[in-house]
Amino acid sequence: MLATFPGFTPEASKMAGEVDTLFLGLIGVTIFFTLVVALPIVYFCIRYRRGSSVDRSSPSSGSNLVEAGWTILPLCIALGLFAWGAVVYFHLERPPRDALEIQVVGKQWMWKLQHAEGRREINALHVPQGKAVRVLLTSQDVIHSFYLPAFRVKQDAVPGRYTSIWFKPDRPGRYHLFCAEYCGTNHSRMVGYVEVMPPSDYERWLTEGEEQESVITAGKRLFSAHGCSGCHENSSVVRAPALQGVFGRRIALQNGATVLADEMYVRDSILRPASAITAGYENLMPSYEGQMSEGEIMQIISYLKSLSDTSPSGAKGDPKK
Amino acid sequence: MNQWVAHQFNSSAQQREAVTLGMWIFLATEVLFFGGLFAAYTVYRHNFPEQFHEASHHLDIVLGAVNTGVLLVSSFFMAMAVWSIQAGRRKLVVLNLVMTVLLAIAFLGIKGFEYHHKFVEHLVPGSGFHYDGDWPGRAEMFFWLYFVMTGLHAIHVIIGIVVISVMAGLVWSGRIGRENDAAVELTGLYWHFVDIVWVFLFPLLYLAGARG
Amino acid sequence: MTTYLEKHSWGSWLLTRDHKRIGILYLYVILFFFVIASVAAGLMRLELLTPAGDLVTSDTYNKLFTLHGVLMVWFFLVPSIPAVLGNFLLPLMIGARDVAFPKLNLTSWYIFVAGGLCALWALLHGGVDTGWTFYTPYSSTYANTHVIVMAAAIFVAGFSSIVTGLNFMVTIHTMRAPGMGWFRLPLFVWSLYATSLIMVLATPVLAITLALLVVERLWGVGIFDPHLGGDPVLFQHLFWFYSHPAVYIMILPGMGVISELITCFARKKIFGYNFIAFSSMAIAMLGFLVWGHHMFVSSQSIYAGMVFSLLSFLVSIPSAIKVFNWTATLYKGSIVFQTPMLYALGFIGLFTIGGMTGLILASLGVDVHVHDTYFVVAHFHYIMVGGMVLAFLGGLHYWWPKITGRMYPELMGKLAAVLGFVGFNFTFFPQFIMGYMGMPRRYHAYPPEFQVFHVLSTAGASILACGYLLPMGYFIWSLRYGRKATANPWDATGLEWQTPSPPPTDNFNAQPVVTTGPYEYDAEEAERRAKIGLLPQTPGGAS
Repeated sequence: MLATFPGFTPEASKMAGEVDTLFLGLIGVTIFFTLVVALPIVYFCIRYRRGSSVDRSSPSSGSNLVEAGWTILPLCIALGLFAWGAVVYFHLERPPRDALEIQVVGKQWMWKLQHAEGRREINALHVPQGKAVRVLLTSQDVIHSFYLPAFRVKQDAVPGRYTSIWFKPDRPGRYHLFCAEYCGTNHSRMVGYVEVMPPSDYERWLTEGEEQESVITAGKRLFSAHGCSGCHENSSVVRAPALQGVFGRRIALQNGATVLADEMYVRDSILRPASAITAGYENLMPSYEGQMSEGEIMQIISYLKSLSDTSPSGAKGDPKK
Repeated sequence: MNQWVAHQFNSSAQQREAVTLGMWIFLATEVLFFGGLFAAYTVYRHNFPEQFHEASHHLDIVLGAVNTGVLLVSSFFMAMAVWSIQAGRRKLVVLNLVMTVLLAIAFLGIKGFEYHHKFVEHLVPGSGFHYDGDWPGRAEMFFWLYFVMTGLHAIHVIIGIVVISVMAGLVWSGRIGRENDAAVELTGLYWHFVDIVWVFLFPLLYLAGARG
Repeated sequence: MTTYLEKHSWGSWLLTRDHKRIGILYLYVILFFFVIASVAAGLMRLELLTPAGDLVTSDTYNKLFTLHGVLMVWFFLVPSIPAVLGNFLLPLMIGARDVAFPKLNLTSWYIFVAGGLCALWALLHGGVDTGWTFYTPYSSTYANTHVIVMAAAIFVAGFSSIVTGLNFMVTIHTMRAPGMGWFRLPLFVWSLYATSLIMVLATPVLAITLALLVVERLWGVGIFDPHLGGDPVLFQHLFWFYSHPAVYIMILPGMGVISELITCFARKKIFGYNFIAFSSMAIAMLGFLVWGHHMFVSSQSIYAGMVFSLLSFLVSIPSAIKVFNWTATLYKGSIVFQTPMLYALGFIGLFTIGGMTGLILASLGVDVHVHDTYFVVAHFHYIMVGGMVLAFLGGLHYWWPKITGRMYPELMGKLAAVLGFVGFNFTFFPQFIMGYMGMPRRYHAYPPEFQVFHVLSTAGASILACGYLLPMGYFIWSLRYGRKATANPWDATGLEWQTPSPPPTDNFNAQPVVTTGPYEYDAEEAERRAKIGLLPQTPGGAS
């Protein structure tokens, strides 16, 4: 809707239209209440200016009925607006299951991205038109924020945590990518673009350049190289939980708790294995802290994910281990 | 109007009401001041229950308990001081205040001994930190909170010692007496507050791992 | 009878315990910081004229917006109305000789100055580049500027706030004149009470948070450090637990001033006294529960987001109630448009827009998009500048005769009020638009499509600057050449107008006794008196 205004920021997805409709609704309410206040003020200021001969007898200095009216009516409107905003937010936060996954690491002052097929980019993101894209985010230094105004989505990249956003590009074109959380000297240079291309172009683009190892293959290679497979494969001597089908399931822990095996859980299990021992196993695994980059951890996670049929609907928020 | 009433007040009753209310508001501020730390502690205790449990075994429960007793007894002497000034027994006030100060100093002594021990055991967070456990970072977090929380409390104890000593001097020299006893009473409120903070700190830090 | 301004020696000012003089001491200091912070804002606006970021380096730009934010928030807005007008007026309004603890009051000024000196030191030694929000781990680990000194400055200034708040609360509880019941208090006093409550309960949380930040920087490890399993987002929770209520510290006293101005210049008893008074308290309470709405995209869970969004919608209701009551007060009034009234009317308009755009930000679906963009910048400037600064200027004009014993020039006053209003809208309205278009805040260089809005904004800022410079000029002029003010130049109710201008050192020549409510105005009576020349005749006429 807003995109019809010349020069205004484009709506590059259906969600963007949904957000804009909500925004216009809120603007409507804003204008309504501004007029509800401003028109009487102007009217009273003219009618009751000093020297005008009008009836000023029996002035009122309060009425519970009137107060109740202008408390309850705005309250109802406010609750309605809250609900509307919450519904849109829910859509913004729930990625569809078949989304392409892009892994993104923010650092001062650039975005490093990798596609599932292995192609890497810096400060640019190529995506196919009409396919939902889920961006898995983290940071290797300070807090950044991955902001795509044309899709009306934004999410902080927090060191030590995984967060995600998704969007489904509908219109081909090139759109802004900004860092929205102040991150130091070159914060305003931590910008790039999203290029939405027709699916066939995207397929071609993926295979351009030198041969790339896919993220899952890279994850599998790292899984062997770091010796993970030595214990976690079915045939191994040391008793460690097999990882087929683990991702996305609820895991019972030794301390009696159960956790969802999401990205955050796998990351913790690699870096600080003692923190969440699976029920029935011993604490034998060494920590891999400092031995892998953020990008490599994400690749291993992708590999483990590929061993499961389902993937959880989101890595958003919930830091509970 | 008597000489103890400041010029902005109309009566000594009004002055007393004002200073007492002022002290309570100050204590409310203090509660929120410590509250920020308690909130941080709660978050990390919730996130890392095992490591906090384990790390708290490195604190000396006996010394902590003794210190709790020391502070509670000092609070008793403080309460006695307030009672005696209202009864007009000047020497008894000074005696009770001096006892309070001595116990407060004993508290700091024991605390210092504990700090020294942690230093020797490399349990002070920072580059010298060494911990044999599953997850040293989280244990370091526990000790960081331990030092900051008990450190902030110790600063309050030191302020208390200074204020109570000044009070003792003023009572001894006769400048504070039965007619203007509010200062002693307010000092008492402050000291009980310092005591109560410790009553929360002790179980949170020392007894975190004591179940079973 | 000697007035409080009689003595002139330095000692009589720097060692004063008179709440009126302390209010003026605060005025000097906050104006000093206001000027520095405004110059920083001016430089930023000049730099943003071109997209390339070529006037200053990015580091300088980052330091400028940090300086602007820190000084404006903690060294101008937080103390502006409470510490200047509040100090001067509170005892006068409740019929007391002074605040409950005059020595403490002076001490709080010195604490404030000490904090200000720390901030100046940090500024002169190269500044700070973390933004006024000091987000970790940037501030704790990565920034190599004077974060420790600046955090210490705010820590120290925070204690000045706490002490002032404590003093005001005790004063309101215990120092009211005979007959001055709680529901005869002027609404400005109610708003100061609500403000003080927030100062006393929220500021210590900020103090401990900044202290933890400083300890972390000094010690090298700390609780916001991800390497210890620490959570940088915890800092944001603690920071906003103070800083959101702090927004209400910065607006509630302004609302109180507006209640005084509207009644006086409409010659009407305020509509819905109880509702305005209680809405201040409701804002103070609810304000503590909405901090999470600053963190919708910071990785907090979506359910937490929902709760904070709902509470944020609810906190808008008491503010709306105030606006409706002010509007209703004008009904059947006898309205004159003297300078303070112009500021009050401007306040209502801008505050309404600022408040409603706050709802847009509280709405989860939209906030994801506009968070950390110029939309947010525009929103809070509508509240802080369009709201608080207008209220401060309106209040300063209204009580100027009481404070100095001189009248300001009315025509110039009106001109400044209009300039300020127009300049303000020019400066900040374009920022709403570019914010929704996606212009992120704290950007030193930006894509060229936003340039037109930045140019408009900078042009508006220069008009706004005139709207500020003009009053500074004629206020100083009036000290010497202004017409002498009578005790009650506005024919206002309220105890402060029943004592000479400027007031005697002890405020009242005899202990006042209160027998009526605070706003016993009568519009019909005002009309009759205007006809025989006792009140200004025409709307907008000079008195």
